[in-house]
Amino acid sequence: MTTAPFWEIGGRQVRSRLLLGTARYPSLAVLQQAIHASGAEIVTVSLRRESAEGRAGSQFWTTIKELGVQVLPNTAGCKTVKEAVTTAEMAREIFETSWLKLEVIGDDYTLQPHPFLLVEAAEALCRRGFEVFPYTTDDLVLAERLVQAGCKILMPWGSPIGSGQGLNNPYALRTLRARYPEIPLIVDAGIGKPSHAIAAMEMGYDGVLINTAVARATDPVSMGRAFGLAVEAGRLAYLAGAMPTQEMAEPSTPVTGTPFWHSSPPENLK
Amino acid sequence: MIIEINGERRELDRSRVLADAIRDWGYEGQPIAVAYNDEFVPRGRYAEIRLQDGDRLEIVAPMQGG
Repeated sequence: MTTAPFWEIGGRQVRSRLLLGTARYPSLAVLQQAIHASGAEIVTVSLRRESAEGRAGSQFWTTIKELGVQVLPNTAGCKTVKEAVTTAEMAREIFETSWLKLEVIGDDYTLQPHPFLLVEAAEALCRRGFEVFPYTTDDLVLAERLVQAGCKILMPWGSPIGSGQGLNNPYALRTLRARYPEIPLIVDAGIGKPSHAIAAMEMGYDGVLINTAVARATDPVSMGRAFGLAVEAGRLAYLAGAMPTQEMAEPSTPVTGTPFWHSSPPENLK
Repeated sequence: MIIEINGERRELDRSRVLADAIRDWGYEGQPIAVAYNDEFVPRGRYAEIRLQDGDRLEIVAPMQGG
């Protein structure tokens, strides 16, 4: 769909800067159509316990494979380093990719990443050869520790997962962008509307990862397309360079030669 | 002997290797991965692991995720 130029992420060349989650859609058919409409080339997937009778996992995987997209497996629900590492290894075998969205949750209510365990898990997984996409907060020092651990990509949250609040701390996100000009930065979590995605892209973020905002829209397929366009528009705007803001108005129509121009104010304004 | 699969206890009438158990339980041909006593087991090693009483297995498959 998109004619945007290629960019590199995790050693792969893709055009779309939208990464899409696959959860919470009304059906597999709608999911498939929404991915297609969004133009996303990278989608997140997960692992769950499977009974021998249940074939849900197999059906889902067939659907995703038909789309020919790159998958980014996650470690959703993991709360310890051990769980995250074992889940990652199982994901690498099933999905045949070393890409990993690393989630280590530290709080059930906000689903905030656990900063200390996240770093520990990132170190362990980078050593094992994973391309770790860490789901992290917008904390600068934590970002630095993740980079030291071997992460080549950072995915700070905009706001809590599934909340749709958008970018809660633009200052922190701008700071990360300024401090890591060379590292692919992706806003992951909390984006609720295309305007939030545009804001992230206008800041110079390399991409955004969205799930609930598309899956839970009244029309997920149209919303998928809206996000695809928003991410592209935001990227173009960033590259084009926005004008500086100022306090006072400045006429956009040239003043020179204005008709009825008077060198002195009219009588009623004296 | 009793082993635990995905958090549920299951009776095994006789000892067998993981590869045979997975086939007997009907998982063959499905996209699954296995953790044996909390450690990942690569597919190629299923034939080497003989299940013992009290073992824990996690058997997972692809699922939607964000």
